[in-house]
Amino acid sequence: MSLLEVENIHTFYGKIHALKGVSLVVNEGEIVTLIGSNGAGKSTTMNTICGLTPAAEGSIRLAGQALTTLPAHEIVRRGVIQSPEGRRVFTRLTVRENLEMGAFTRSDRSGMAQDMQEVFKRFPRLKERETQYAGTLSGGEQQMLAIGRALMARPRILLLDEPSMGLAPLLVKQIFEVIKYLNRETGTTILLVEQNALMALEVAHRGYVLQSGIVTHAGAAKTLQKDRAIIEAYLGG
Amino acid sequence: MSVDAAPPVPPRSTLSVMLNVILNNTLRSPLRFLGVLFLIFLANSAIQNVIAGEYTLETFISQFIFGLSQGSVYALIALGYTLVYGILFMINFAHSEVFMAGAYIGFFAIHAMDESGFLHNQTALALIFTILVGMTASVVIALLLERIAYRPLRNAPRLVPLITAIGASIAIQQLFLLLFGGSPRVYPEVSLFILPGVAGCELVDGVQVCPGIDIIDGRYDVLLFGYDIRIRPIFFVVLFLSLVLMAILWFFVKRTRTGKAMRAVAEDKNTAALMGINVDRVIVMTFVLGAALAGAGAVLFALYNQQVTPFMGFLPGIKAFTSAVLGGIGNIPGAMFGGLFLGVVESVMPSLLGLPGQLKDLVAFGTLILFMIFRPTGIFGEVITKKKA
Repeated sequence: MSLLEVENIHTFYGKIHALKGVSLVVNEGEIVTLIGSNGAGKSTTMNTICGLTPAAEGSIRLAGQALTTLPAHEIVRRGVIQSPEGRRVFTRLTVRENLEMGAFTRSDRSGMAQDMQEVFKRFPRLKERETQYAGTLSGGEQQMLAIGRALMARPRILLLDEPSMGLAPLLVKQIFEVIKYLNRETGTTILLVEQNALMALEVAHRGYVLQSGIVTHAGAAKTLQKDRAIIEAYLGG
Repeated sequence: MSVDAAPPVPPRSTLSVMLNVILNNTLRSPLRFLGVLFLIFLANSAIQNVIAGEYTLETFISQFIFGLSQGSVYALIALGYTLVYGILFMINFAHSEVFMAGAYIGFFAIHAMDESGFLHNQTALALIFTILVGMTASVVIALLLERIAYRPLRNAPRLVPLITAIGASIAIQQLFLLLFGGSPRVYPEVSLFILPGVAGCELVDGVQVCPGIDIIDGRYDVLLFGYDIRIRPIFFVVLFLSLVLMAILWFFVKRTRTGKAMRAVAEDKNTAALMGINVDRVIVMTFVLGAALAGAGAVLFALYNQQVTPFMGFLPGIKAFTSAVLGGIGNIPGAMFGGLFLGVVESVMPSLLGLPGQLKDLVAFGTLILFMIFRPTGIFGEVITKKKA
């Protein structure tokens, strides 16, 4: 049994049929990446898993338990944590308050304090700016805050939606280092949506290619990297 | 015309710079120009009035105190408008009825305690209980409103819940009219003495009596700045209790887990849900907070205005809404400050301008119009940008 099993989900925005039967699995301890062009349904897949855009059909299970009909905040309680596209930090809350919101479902104060120290150790810039409003942070710092905030929930599976979007190349490299670190050192299971397919396949174990709401390719990251069709379509030649 | 042909700039005095700024500002739109003319006219009549000796410090002080007290009630109601707006971007026009319900149901409580004698034996307890009843009544009305009228329209275009709110407001008024009739009910006269001995003692039937200060119904002449000024302690009580409630609200929003969740929901509902925050519950909580403040304000208001009717909510409600807009809608300190500001302005300005006191509503809404002309975002307001995805 896989940790996360998504089976044949269909999602609609009004009359637009955004996901037309997407299936994927993520095993414990894996990094799985979801790549595809703009509008392919990557973010919709993430939001459907998280309950923000509920599926009209199909099923989503975490460790065998159905998530499909739960409201978003209940899904978070089960340990499915998304760091959304565009970072979406709370700009009018301080850095510390943002991290506290990440741990909203938890009540173990000492564990939370420990995890916050852990985040500050990982991202020293956040410690420096602890009492600043998140709106005053730079884009890279906000992305670190968004990831740190997600980690505060102690995710069973972490969904990262476009973590490298809009960042300078050096920062992009840093973010991917963090993703690798989280997976190798703390064993965090990660589902990664990326426009930067090249780097995503570099860090991932397996990948899925999404096109117009349908999974067109699936397999080990190493295999996908060599697939001619994928190279032409997503890896720039 | 070429750039180097520009005439030499003459050195400018501070005064001419100021004039320039003012003129630039005024001439930007005809409305602003009219507004400035109007302000000059107002300033002129105020100055004339003071010079002619029609307006004294004595009047100012007593009106200022009354204004602060009235304004603190506006502030309590205004917080309800601003909290809900901050989260749902809708103006809860039925909030004035939430206020009315607090005062009206509070009346039944205080009336019953008056009949049973409890009000006179245990005045302080009875008053606290009345306030709690008022708060509860307001909260119940607000919960019903949210559940029945607003929640089903959460994803409707913004105009729809707005119109619904106006409908709900009228419906609640008429419901109270149907249930309790239209004739005004009168809060009983209450006296609550504190600090025995401060106001002096007297002999009543051969017994020494030191009643202290009556903080509800008392009127005292106090020497202030060399003037004998008639002061009602109730005004200070209302102001003080309001400030305490606002401080509690501030602490709640800034420091508690739920308060932080409220701010998170106000900024971004979807992301808040991704934190595991139950957005519906936070929205309900917001209505509850706003209603509790309005309910407390309503009983305080009724304690010195005494009459309650099903229609009593309209004017304080619309004034409080004005306060919230003056302060910058959606902004909590803005609502507090806006309320106090409007209360003082409408209390002080009529006689300063030589207008009859009945025209205070004209002054209040005139202030709103002037704000809309010169600072449409309100005192603490930010420009609201459309960022929703």
